[in-house]
Amino acid sequence: MQDNEARLLSRMFNKISEAMAKEKDYLTELDEAIGDADHGITMSLGFSAVASELSRSDLDSMSAAEVMAAAAATFLDAVGASTGPLYATGFVNAADKMGVERPLDAAGQVAMLRAITFGIQQRGKGLRGDKTMLDAWMPAADAAEAKAGEPGQIWSAACEAGELGARATQSMIALRGRAARLGERSLGHIDPGAASAVVILKAMRDTFDEKAAD
Amino acid sequence: MQRFVNNPDLVVEDTVKGFVKAHSDIVRLAENPRVVVAKNAPINGKVGIVTGGGSGHEPGFMGYTGKNMLDAVAVGELFSSPTAKSFHDAFREANAGAGVVCLYGNYAGDNMNVKMAIKLAAKEGIEVATVVANDDVCSAPLSEREKRRGVAGEIFMWKIGSAKATQGGTLEEVRVVAQKAIDNCRSIGVGLGPCTLPAVGHPNFQIEPGTMEVGIGHHGEPGVRVEPLKTAEEVARDMVKIVLDDHDLPSGTEVAVLVSGLGATPLNELYILNDTIETEITKRGLKVYRTYVGNYFTSLEMVGATLTVMALDDETKPLLDLETRCTMLL
Repeated sequence: MQDNEARLLSRMFNKISEAMAKEKDYLTELDEAIGDADHGITMSLGFSAVASELSRSDLDSMSAAEVMAAAAATFLDAVGASTGPLYATGFVNAADKMGVERPLDAAGQVAMLRAITFGIQQRGKGLRGDKTMLDAWMPAADAAEAKAGEPGQIWSAACEAGELGARATQSMIALRGRAARLGERSLGHIDPGAASAVVILKAMRDTFDEKAAD
Repeated sequence: MQRFVNNPDLVVEDTVKGFVKAHSDIVRLAENPRVVVAKNAPINGKVGIVTGGGSGHEPGFMGYTGKNMLDAVAVGELFSSPTAKSFHDAFREANAGAGVVCLYGNYAGDNMNVKMAIKLAAKEGIEVATVVANDDVCSAPLSEREKRRGVAGEIFMWKIGSAKATQGGTLEEVRVVAQKAIDNCRSIGVGLGPCTLPAVGHPNFQIEPGTMEVGIGHHGEPGVRVEPLKTAEEVARDMVKIVLDDHDLPSGTEVAVLVSGLGATPLNELYILNDTIETEITKRGLKVYRTYVGNYFTSLEMVGATLTVMALDDETKPLLDLETRCTMLL
Protein backbone atom coordinates (compact mmCIF):
# COMPACT_ATOMS: atom_id res chain seq x y z
CA MET A 1 0.00 0.00 0.00
CA GLN A 2 2.67 2.42 1.08
CA ASP A 3 4.73 2.13 -2.11
CA ASN A 4 1.61 2.90 -4.13
CA GLU A 5 1.06 6.08 -2.21
CA ALA A 6 4.64 7.23 -2.77
CA ARG A 7 4.39 6.44 -6.45
CA LEU A 8 1.07 8.23 -6.68
CA LEU A 9 2.60 11.42 -5.28
CA SER A 10 5.62 11.08 -7.51
CA ARG A 11 3.23 10.79 -10.49
CA MET A 12 1.50 13.90 -9.27
CA PHE A 13 4.74 15.87 -9.24
CA ASN A 14 5.57 14.53 -12.68
CA LYS A 15 2.27 15.77 -14.00
CA ILE A 16 2.79 19.16 -12.37
CA SER A 17 6.24 19.37 -13.95
CA GLU A 18 4.91 18.50 -17.43
CA ALA A 19 2.03 20.94 -17.13
CA MET A 20 4.32 23.71 -15.91
CA ALA A 21 6.67 23.20 -18.86
CA LYS A 22 3.67 23.43 -21.19
CA GLU A 23 2.36 26.61 -19.55
CA LYS A 24 5.76 28.26 -19.15
CA ASP A 25 5.27 30.83 -21.91
CA TYR A 26 1.74 31.68 -20.81
CA LEU A 27 2.90 32.27 -17.24
CA THR A 28 5.82 34.33 -18.49
CA GLU A 29 3.39 36.48 -20.47
CA LEU A 30 1.24 37.08 -17.39
CA ASP A 31 4.30 37.91 -15.32
CA GLU A 32 5.60 40.33 -17.93
CA ALA A 33 2.55 42.48 -17.39
CA ILE A 34 2.94 42.97 -13.66
CA GLY A 35 6.17 41.28 -12.57
CA ASP A 36 9.60 40.62 -13.97
CA ALA A 37 8.73 37.88 -16.43
CA ASP A 38 10.47 35.04 -14.63
CA HIS A 39 7.53 33.19 -13.09
CA GLY A 40 7.07 30.62 -15.87
CA ILE A 41 10.78 29.85 -15.94
CA THR A 42 11.01 29.60 -12.16
CA MET A 43 8.01 27.30 -11.74
CA SER A 44 9.02 25.05 -14.58
CA LEU A 45 12.59 24.81 -13.30
CA GLY A 46 11.45 24.08 -9.74
CA PHE A 47 9.03 21.28 -10.56
CA SER A 48 11.32 19.70 -13.11
CA ALA A 49 13.95 19.54 -10.35
CA VAL A 50 11.39 17.86 -8.07
CA ALA A 51 10.37 15.35 -10.76
CA SER A 52 13.95 14.46 -11.54
CA GLU A 53 14.85 14.11 -7.85
CA LEU A 54 11.89 11.78 -7.30
CA SER A 55 12.79 9.75 -10.38
CA ARG A 56 16.14 9.02 -8.73
CA SER A 57 14.57 8.18 -5.37
CA ASP A 58 13.77 4.72 -4.10
CA LEU A 59 10.02 5.20 -4.00
CA ASP A 60 9.39 1.63 -2.82
CA SER A 61 10.95 2.40 0.51
CA MET A 62 9.45 5.86 0.96
CA SER A 63 6.20 6.94 2.58
CA ALA A 64 3.99 9.56 0.98
CA ALA A 65 5.08 12.03 3.66
CA GLU A 66 8.71 11.39 2.79
CA VAL A 67 8.03 12.03 -0.89
CA MET A 68 6.33 15.30 0.04
CA ALA A 69 9.24 16.32 2.27
CA ALA A 70 11.73 15.49 -0.49
CA ALA A 71 9.71 17.57 -2.94
CA ALA A 72 9.77 20.48 -0.49
CA ALA A 73 13.53 20.31 0.03
CA THR A 74 14.25 20.00 -3.68
CA PHE A 75 11.94 22.84 -4.62
CA LEU A 76 13.51 25.09 -2.00
CA ASP A 77 17.01 24.31 -3.20
CA ALA A 78 16.10 24.85 -6.84
CA VAL A 79 13.97 27.96 -6.61
CA GLY A 80 14.75 31.30 -5.07
CA ALA A 81 12.33 34.17 -5.62
CA SER A 82 9.36 34.08 -3.27
CA THR A 83 7.84 31.00 -4.87
CA GLY A 84 10.65 28.82 -3.49
CA PRO A 85 9.92 29.41 0.21
CA LEU A 86 6.15 29.62 -0.34
CA TYR A 87 5.72 26.23 -2.00
CA ALA A 88 8.44 24.60 0.08
CA THR A 89 6.61 25.64 3.24
CA GLY A 90 3.32 24.39 1.79
CA PHE A 91 4.80 20.99 0.96
CA VAL A 92 6.61 20.70 4.30
CA ASN A 93 3.35 21.43 6.06
CA ALA A 94 1.59 18.80 3.95
CA ALA A 95 4.31 16.26 4.78
CA ASP A 96 3.96 17.01 8.50
CA LYS A 97 0.20 16.60 8.42
CA MET A 98 0.15 13.47 6.27
CA GLY A 99 -1.22 10.43 8.07
CA VAL A 100 0.57 7.09 8.05
CA GLU A 101 -2.57 5.10 7.29
CA ARG A 102 -3.99 5.70 3.82
CA PRO A 103 -2.49 9.17 3.58
CA LEU A 104 -3.98 9.79 0.17
CA ASP A 105 -7.54 8.53 0.33
CA ALA A 106 -10.21 11.14 -0.37
CA ALA A 107 -9.99 12.66 3.09
CA GLY A 108 -6.20 12.62 2.90
CA GLN A 109 -6.25 14.44 -0.44
CA VAL A 110 -8.44 17.17 0.98
CA ALA A 111 -6.19 17.43 4.03
CA MET A 112 -3.14 17.68 1.77
CA LEU A 113 -4.69 20.49 -0.23
CA ARG A 114 -5.57 22.37 2.96
CA ALA A 115 -2.12 21.81 4.45
CA ILE A 116 -0.34 23.13 1.35
CA THR A 117 -2.61 26.18 1.34
CA PHE A 118 -2.08 26.78 5.03
CA GLY A 119 1.71 26.54 4.70
CA ILE A 120 1.70 29.13 1.90
CA GLN A 121 -0.50 31.40 4.01
CA GLN A 122 1.82 31.14 6.97
CA ARG A 123 4.96 31.86 4.98
CA GLY A 124 3.62 34.73 2.89
CA LYS A 125 1.33 36.20 5.55
CA GLY A 126 -1.09 36.77 2.70
CA LEU A 127 -4.84 37.08 2.73
CA ARG A 128 -7.50 36.36 0.19
CA GLY A 129 -7.90 39.35 -2.09
CA ASP A 130 -4.22 40.38 -1.98
CA LYS A 131 -3.85 39.24 -5.61
CA THR A 132 -1.52 36.32 -4.99
CA MET A 133 -1.47 32.54 -5.45
CA LEU A 134 -3.64 32.31 -2.33
CA ASP A 135 -6.58 33.65 -4.34
CA ALA A 136 -6.54 30.29 -6.14
CA TRP A 137 -5.39 28.01 -3.29
CA MET A 138 -7.80 29.21 -0.61
CA PRO A 139 -11.07 28.86 -2.56
CA ALA A 140 -9.81 25.54 -3.96
CA ALA A 141 -9.21 24.16 -0.46
CA ASP A 142 -12.60 25.46 0.71
CA ALA A 143 -14.37 23.86 -2.26
CA ALA A 144 -12.58 20.54 -1.73
CA GLU A 145 -13.59 20.48 1.91
CA ALA A 146 -17.19 21.22 0.99
CA LYS A 147 -17.17 18.18 -1.29
CA ALA A 148 -15.38 15.88 1.14
CA GLY A 149 -18.49 13.71 1.32
CA GLU A 150 -18.51 13.15 -2.45
CA PRO A 151 -15.02 11.87 -3.26
CA GLY A 152 -15.62 11.96 -7.02
CA GLN A 153 -16.25 15.70 -6.93
CA ILE A 154 -13.35 16.91 -4.82
CA TRP A 155 -10.90 17.84 -7.50
CA SER A 156 -13.29 19.17 -10.11
CA ALA A 157 -14.73 21.44 -7.43
CA ALA A 158 -11.26 22.51 -6.27
CA CYS A 159 -10.13 23.30 -9.81
CA GLU A 160 -13.28 25.21 -10.63
CA ALA A 161 -13.01 27.33 -7.49
CA GLY A 162 -9.28 27.86 -8.00
CA GLU A 163 -9.83 28.96 -11.59
CA LEU A 164 -12.56 31.38 -10.59
CA GLY A 165 -10.30 32.74 -7.87
CA ALA A 166 -7.41 33.19 -10.28
CA ARG A 167 -9.66 34.95 -12.77
CA ALA A 168 -10.94 37.23 -10.04
CA THR A 169 -7.38 38.51 -9.43
CA GLN A 170 -7.88 40.59 -12.58
CA SER A 171 -10.06 42.98 -10.65
CA MET A 172 -7.74 43.12 -7.63
CA ILE A 173 -4.97 45.52 -6.78
CA ALA A 174 -1.84 43.67 -5.73
CA LEU A 175 -1.03 44.06 -2.04
CA ARG A 176 1.83 41.56 -1.73
CA GLY A 177 4.77 40.35 -3.72
CA ARG A 178 6.52 42.25 -6.46
CA ALA A 179 3.33 43.36 -8.19
CA ALA A 180 2.40 45.25 -5.03
CA ARG A 181 4.88 47.91 -6.16
CA LEU A 182 2.56 48.63 -9.07
CA GLY A 183 -0.50 49.51 -6.99
CA GLU A 184 -3.42 50.29 -9.27
CA ARG A 185 -1.40 49.51 -12.35
CA SER A 186 -1.79 45.82 -11.49
CA LEU A 187 -5.55 46.08 -12.18
CA GLY A 188 -6.82 44.13 -15.17
CA HIS A 189 -4.09 41.49 -15.06
CA ILE A 190 -4.36 37.92 -13.79
CA ASP A 191 -1.84 37.24 -11.04
CA PRO A 192 0.77 34.83 -12.44
CA GLY A 193 1.11 33.08 -9.08
CA ALA A 194 -2.63 32.39 -9.00
CA ALA A 195 -2.48 31.16 -12.59
CA SER A 196 0.33 28.72 -11.84
CA ALA A 197 -1.56 27.52 -8.76
CA VAL A 198 -4.38 26.51 -11.11
CA VAL A 199 -1.87 24.60 -13.25
CA ILE A 200 -0.84 22.67 -10.14
CA LEU A 201 -4.43 22.06 -9.06
CA LYS A 202 -5.34 20.66 -12.46
CA ALA A 203 -2.36 18.33 -12.47
CA MET A 204 -3.42 17.14 -9.02
CA ARG A 205 -6.94 16.59 -10.30
CA ASP A 206 -5.67 14.57 -13.28
CA THR A 207 -3.51 12.43 -10.99
CA PHE A 208 -6.20 11.63 -8.43
CA ASP A 209 -9.06 11.24 -10.93
CA GLU A 210 -6.90 8.81 -12.90
CA LYS A 211 -6.29 6.86 -9.72
CA ALA A 212 -10.01 6.76 -8.94
CA ALA A 213 -10.72 5.42 -12.44
CA ASP A 214 -8.28 2.52 -11.95
CA MET B 1 18.33 41.00 -29.12
CA GLN B 2 21.98 41.91 -29.55
CA ARG B 3 23.58 40.14 -26.61
CA PHE B 4 26.60 38.03 -25.69
CA VAL B 5 24.82 34.92 -24.47
CA ASN B 6 25.37 31.19 -24.89
CA ASN B 7 22.31 29.48 -23.50
CA PRO B 8 19.79 32.01 -22.13
CA ASP B 9 18.97 29.57 -19.33
CA LEU B 10 22.63 29.42 -18.26
CA VAL B 11 23.34 33.13 -18.11
CA VAL B 12 23.93 33.15 -14.35
CA GLU B 13 26.16 30.03 -14.35
CA ASP B 14 28.26 31.47 -17.17
CA THR B 15 28.48 34.90 -15.50
CA VAL B 16 29.66 33.50 -12.19
CA LYS B 17 32.23 31.25 -13.87
CA GLY B 18 33.73 34.16 -15.78
CA PHE B 19 33.62 36.38 -12.71
CA VAL B 20 35.50 33.93 -10.52
CA LYS B 21 38.13 33.39 -13.21
CA ALA B 22 38.63 37.13 -13.61
CA HIS B 23 38.93 37.84 -9.90
CA SER B 24 40.57 34.73 -8.51
CA ASP B 25 42.95 36.95 -6.53
CA ILE B 26 39.99 38.32 -4.52
CA VAL B 27 37.28 35.66 -4.49
CA ARG B 28 36.69 31.94 -4.65
CA LEU B 29 33.64 29.87 -5.41
CA ALA B 30 32.08 27.91 -2.55
CA GLU B 31 31.10 24.28 -2.94
CA ASN B 32 27.67 25.70 -3.78
CA PRO B 33 28.29 27.29 -7.21
CA ARG B 34 25.83 30.05 -6.32
CA VAL B 35 27.93 31.35 -3.45
CA VAL B 36 30.94 33.62 -3.98
CA VAL B 37 33.34 33.95 -1.04
CA ALA B 38 36.13 36.39 -0.25
CA LYS B 39 39.45 34.64 -0.60
CA ASN B 40 40.47 35.51 2.96
CA ALA B 41 37.13 34.52 4.53
CA PRO B 42 36.22 33.47 7.11
CA ILE B 43 38.48 35.49 9.37
CA ASN B 44 38.78 34.08 12.85
CA GLY B 45 36.78 36.03 15.41
CA LYS B 46 35.40 38.52 12.86
CA VAL B 47 31.68 38.96 12.35
CA GLY B 48 30.88 37.63 8.89
CA ILE B 49 29.16 39.94 6.39
CA VAL B 50 26.81 38.38 3.86
CA THR B 51 24.47 39.66 1.20
CA GLY B 52 22.67 38.16 -1.73
CA GLY B 53 20.32 39.11 -4.48
CA GLY B 54 19.22 38.43 -8.00
CA SER B 55 21.71 38.48 -10.86
CA GLY B 56 21.69 41.09 -13.62
CA HIS B 57 22.85 43.88 -11.30
CA GLU B 58 26.58 43.28 -11.77
CA PRO B 59 28.88 44.28 -10.24
CA GLY B 60 25.96 44.33 -7.78
CA PHE B 61 26.22 41.78 -5.04
CA MET B 62 29.14 39.44 -5.84
CA GLY B 63 31.40 42.25 -7.11
CA TYR B 64 31.53 43.62 -3.58
CA THR B 65 33.00 40.46 -2.11
CA GLY B 66 36.53 40.95 -0.86
CA LYS B 67 38.91 42.15 1.78
CA ASN B 68 37.27 44.47 4.32
CA MET B 69 34.05 44.05 2.36
CA LEU B 70 31.53 41.23 2.01
CA ASP B 71 32.69 37.80 3.13
CA ALA B 72 30.16 35.77 1.16
CA VAL B 73 27.43 36.49 -1.37
CA ALA B 74 24.46 34.37 -2.43
CA VAL B 75 23.76 34.61 -6.15
CA GLY B 76 20.20 34.33 -7.49
CA GLU B 77 18.73 33.86 -10.95
CA LEU B 78 18.34 37.00 -13.04
CA PHE B 79 16.28 39.50 -11.04
CA SER B 80 15.25 36.74 -8.64
CA SER B 81 16.15 36.11 -5.02
CA PRO B 82 18.82 33.49 -4.27
CA THR B 83 17.53 30.26 -2.74
CA ALA B 84 17.34 29.81 1.02
CA LYS B 85 20.03 27.16 0.59
CA SER B 86 22.40 29.63 -1.06
CA PHE B 87 21.87 32.21 1.69
CA HIS B 88 22.40 29.44 4.24
CA ASP B 89 25.60 28.29 2.53
CA ALA B 90 26.80 31.89 2.40
CA PHE B 91 26.21 32.19 6.17
CA ARG B 92 28.28 29.05 6.71
CA GLU B 93 31.13 30.33 4.55
CA ALA B 94 31.20 33.69 6.34
CA ASN B 95 30.80 32.45 9.89
CA ALA B 96 33.98 32.36 11.95
CA GLY B 97 32.28 31.86 15.27
CA ALA B 98 31.29 35.49 15.86
CA GLY B 99 28.04 35.28 13.93
CA VAL B 100 26.93 36.77 10.65
CA VAL B 101 25.17 39.98 9.66
CA CYS B 102 23.13 39.65 6.49
CA LEU B 103 22.73 43.02 4.75
CA TYR B 104 20.22 42.75 1.94
CA GLY B 105 17.51 44.61 0.02
CA ASN B 106 13.80 44.81 0.76
CA TYR B 107 12.14 42.46 -1.74
CA ALA B 108 9.50 39.82 -0.98
CA GLY B 109 11.60 36.90 -2.23
CA ASP B 110 14.80 37.94 -0.47
CA ASN B 111 12.93 38.50 2.78
CA MET B 112 11.46 34.99 2.72
CA ASN B 113 14.61 33.18 1.63
CA VAL B 114 16.78 34.98 4.18
CA LYS B 115 14.28 34.13 6.92
CA MET B 116 14.30 30.43 6.00
CA ALA B 117 18.09 30.43 5.78
CA ILE B 118 18.35 31.99 9.24
CA LYS B 119 16.28 29.13 10.64
CA LEU B 120 18.53 26.57 8.95
CA ALA B 121 21.64 28.34 10.28
CA ALA B 122 20.21 28.57 13.81
CA LYS B 123 20.00 24.77 13.91
CA GLU B 124 23.78 24.73 13.44
CA GLY B 125 24.34 27.36 16.08
CA ILE B 126 25.13 30.18 13.64
CA GLU B 127 23.71 33.47 14.85
CA VAL B 128 22.50 35.75 12.05
CA ALA B 129 21.41 39.37 12.40
CA THR B 130 19.88 41.29 9.50
CA VAL B 131 19.57 44.79 8.14
CA VAL B 132 17.15 45.36 5.27
CA ALA B 133 17.93 48.17 2.84
CA ASN B 134 15.08 50.51 1.91
CA ASP B 135 16.77 53.52 0.33
CA ASP B 136 14.64 53.86 -2.83
CA VAL B 137 12.70 57.06 -2.16
CA CYS B 138 10.10 56.66 -4.92
CA SER B 139 9.06 53.10 -4.08
CA ALA B 140 6.83 54.17 -1.16
CA PRO B 141 6.07 57.36 0.76
CA LEU B 142 8.26 58.35 3.70
CA SER B 143 5.47 57.40 6.11
CA GLU B 144 5.75 53.81 4.84
CA ARG B 145 9.51 53.63 4.71
CA GLU B 146 9.53 49.98 5.67
CA LYS B 147 7.93 49.22 2.29
CA ARG B 148 10.63 50.88 0.25
CA ARG B 149 12.95 48.82 -1.93
CA GLY B 150 16.67 48.56 -1.45
CA VAL B 151 18.82 49.83 -4.30
CA ALA B 152 22.34 51.26 -4.69
CA GLY B 153 22.42 52.49 -1.09
CA GLU B 154 23.10 48.85 -0.23
CA ILE B 155 26.69 49.44 -1.34
CA PHE B 156 27.19 52.06 1.39
CA MET B 157 25.49 49.77 3.92
CA TRP B 158 27.88 46.95 2.96
CA LYS B 159 30.93 49.18 3.11
CA ILE B 160 30.09 50.67 6.52
CA GLY B 161 28.98 47.35 8.05
CA SER B 162 31.99 45.49 6.67
CA ALA B 163 34.43 48.12 7.91
CA LYS B 164 32.96 47.90 11.39
CA ALA B 165 33.35 44.12 11.34
CA THR B 166 36.96 44.47 10.22
CA GLN B 167 37.61 46.78 13.16
CA GLY B 168 36.39 44.10 15.53
CA GLY B 169 32.80 45.24 16.01
CA THR B 170 30.45 42.77 17.67
CA LEU B 171 27.44 41.33 15.89
CA GLU B 172 25.19 43.94 17.48
CA GLU B 173 27.61 46.83 16.80
CA VAL B 174 27.90 45.85 13.15
CA ARG B 175 24.14 45.53 12.79
CA VAL B 176 23.52 48.91 14.41
CA VAL B 177 26.03 50.83 12.30
CA ALA B 178 24.88 49.14 9.07
CA GLN B 179 21.32 50.11 9.99
CA LYS B 180 22.50 53.67 10.58
CA ALA B 181 24.23 53.69 7.18
CA ILE B 182 21.09 52.67 5.30
CA ASP B 183 18.89 54.95 7.40
CA ASN B 184 21.13 57.77 6.23
CA CYS B 185 20.84 56.78 2.54
CA ARG B 186 18.34 58.01 -0.01
CA SER B 187 18.30 56.90 -3.65
CA ILE B 188 16.42 57.69 -6.85
CA GLY B 189 16.52 56.08 -10.29
CA VAL B 190 15.70 57.60 -13.66
CA GLY B 191 15.11 55.23 -16.57
CA LEU B 192 15.51 56.12 -20.24
CA GLY B 193 15.28 52.64 -21.79
CA PRO B 194 14.07 49.20 -20.67
CA CYS B 195 15.97 45.94 -20.14
CA THR B 196 15.48 42.40 -21.37
CA LEU B 197 15.88 39.05 -19.64
CA PRO B 198 17.71 36.89 -22.22
CA ALA B 199 15.42 33.91 -21.58
CA VAL B 200 12.40 36.10 -22.33
CA GLY B 201 13.89 37.83 -25.35
CA HIS B 202 12.06 41.15 -25.23
CA PRO B 203 11.67 43.89 -22.63
CA ASN B 204 8.91 43.41 -20.07
CA PHE B 205 8.27 47.12 -19.73
CA GLN B 206 8.51 50.02 -22.12
CA ILE B 207 9.93 53.50 -21.93
CA GLU B 208 8.79 55.42 -24.99
CA PRO B 209 11.56 57.21 -26.91
CA GLY B 210 11.73 60.83 -25.91
CA THR B 211 10.43 60.12 -22.41
CA MET B 212 11.94 59.17 -19.08
CA GLU B 213 10.59 57.39 -16.05
CA VAL B 214 11.42 59.19 -12.81
CA GLY B 215 11.69 56.93 -9.77
CA ILE B 216 12.12 53.69 -11.72
CA GLY B 217 13.15 50.60 -9.73
CA HIS B 218 16.07 48.25 -10.29
CA HIS B 219 13.88 45.78 -12.16
CA GLY B 220 11.88 48.33 -14.10
CA GLU B 221 9.29 48.82 -11.38
CA PRO B 222 7.31 51.88 -12.41
CA GLY B 223 8.34 55.20 -10.99
CA VAL B 224 6.34 58.17 -9.83
CA ARG B 225 6.03 59.88 -13.19
CA VAL B 226 6.76 59.57 -16.88
CA GLU B 227 7.71 62.81 -18.56
CA PRO B 228 9.48 64.13 -21.64
CA LEU B 229 13.25 63.63 -21.49
CA LYS B 230 14.93 66.81 -20.29
CA THR B 231 18.53 68.01 -20.31
CA ALA B 232 21.04 66.29 -18.02
CA GLU B 233 21.14 69.41 -15.89
CA GLU B 234 17.39 69.40 -15.36
CA VAL B 235 17.32 65.66 -14.66
CA ALA B 236 20.18 65.94 -12.15
CA ARG B 237 18.42 68.82 -10.40
CA ASP B 238 15.22 66.76 -10.12
CA MET B 239 17.15 63.80 -8.76
CA VAL B 240 18.87 65.86 -6.07
CA LYS B 241 15.60 67.52 -5.14
CA ILE B 242 13.71 64.23 -4.76
CA VAL B 243 16.49 62.66 -2.72
CA LEU B 244 17.16 65.58 -0.40
CA ASP B 245 13.55 66.66 0.07
CA ASP B 246 13.02 63.22 1.57
CA HIS B 247 15.88 63.64 4.00
CA ASP B 248 15.98 66.61 6.29
CA LEU B 249 19.72 67.19 6.66
CA PRO B 250 21.16 70.07 8.70
CA SER B 251 23.30 72.54 6.80
CA GLY B 252 26.97 71.57 6.87
CA THR B 253 26.28 67.82 6.85
CA GLU B 254 28.90 65.88 4.96
CA VAL B 255 27.61 63.38 2.42
CA ALA B 256 28.89 60.57 0.23
CA VAL B 257 27.48 60.57 -3.30
CA LEU B 258 27.07 57.61 -5.60
CA VAL B 259 26.05 58.09 -9.23
CA SER B 260 25.56 54.70 -10.84
CA GLY B 261 24.67 53.77 -14.39
CA LEU B 262 21.92 51.21 -14.87
CA GLY B 263 23.85 49.22 -17.45
CA ALA B 264 23.68 50.89 -20.85
CA THR B 265 24.38 54.53 -20.08
CA PRO B 266 27.84 55.71 -21.08
CA LEU B 267 30.13 56.72 -18.26
CA ASN B 268 30.56 60.20 -19.69
CA GLU B 269 26.85 60.89 -19.21
CA LEU B 270 27.16 59.89 -15.56
CA TYR B 271 29.87 62.52 -15.20
CA ILE B 272 27.64 65.06 -16.94
CA LEU B 273 24.94 64.29 -14.35
CA ASN B 274 27.43 64.46 -11.49
CA ASP B 275 28.58 67.93 -12.53
CA THR B 276 25.12 69.32 -11.70
CA ILE B 277 24.52 66.91 -8.82
CA GLU B 278 27.52 68.20 -6.90
CA THR B 279 26.61 71.84 -7.60
CA GLU B 280 23.05 71.30 -6.42
CA ILE B 281 24.04 69.42 -3.27
CA THR B 282 26.51 72.16 -2.38
CA LYS B 283 23.87 74.83 -3.01
CA ARG B 284 21.77 73.19 -0.33
CA GLY B 285 24.49 73.77 2.22
CA LEU B 286 25.80 70.20 2.30
CA LYS B 287 29.41 69.15 1.80
CA VAL B 288 30.31 66.39 -0.61
CA TYR B 289 32.92 64.33 1.23
CA ARG B 290 33.37 61.67 -1.43
CA THR B 291 31.88 60.85 -4.82
CA TYR B 292 31.67 57.57 -6.67
CA VAL B 293 30.71 57.57 -10.35
CA GLY B 294 30.44 54.40 -12.42
CA ASN B 295 28.43 51.30 -13.09
CA TYR B 296 28.19 50.28 -9.44
CA PHE B 297 24.75 48.72 -9.45
CA THR B 298 23.13 47.95 -12.80
CA SER B 299 19.96 46.45 -14.23
CA LEU B 300 21.10 44.44 -17.24
CA GLU B 301 21.10 46.86 -20.21
CA MET B 302 18.68 49.40 -18.79
CA VAL B 303 19.44 52.94 -19.90
CA GLY B 304 19.40 55.30 -16.96
CA ALA B 305 21.11 56.26 -13.74
CA THR B 306 20.63 56.26 -10.00
CA LEU B 307 21.72 58.78 -7.42
CA THR B 308 22.38 57.79 -3.82
CA VAL B 309 23.25 60.29 -1.10
CA MET B 310 24.42 59.09 2.31
CA ALA B 311 24.71 61.49 5.22
CA LEU B 312 27.92 60.91 7.19
CA ASP B 313 28.85 61.48 10.80
CA ASP B 314 31.91 61.03 12.99
CA GLU B 315 31.25 57.32 13.28
CA THR B 316 30.51 56.43 9.66
CA LYS B 317 33.11 58.71 8.01
CA PRO B 318 36.19 56.76 9.16
CA LEU B 319 34.41 53.53 8.26
CA LEU B 320 33.85 54.83 4.73
CA ASP B 321 37.56 55.68 4.63
CA LEU B 322 38.73 52.16 5.42
CA GLU B 323 40.54 50.69 2.47
CA THR B 324 38.86 47.75 0.75
CA ARG B 325 39.78 45.34 -1.95
CA CYS B 326 36.89 44.17 -4.12
CA THR B 327 36.22 44.54 -7.84
CA MET B 328 35.03 48.13 -7.48
CA LEU B 329 36.73 51.28 -6.26
CA LEU B 330 35.33 52.06 -2.84
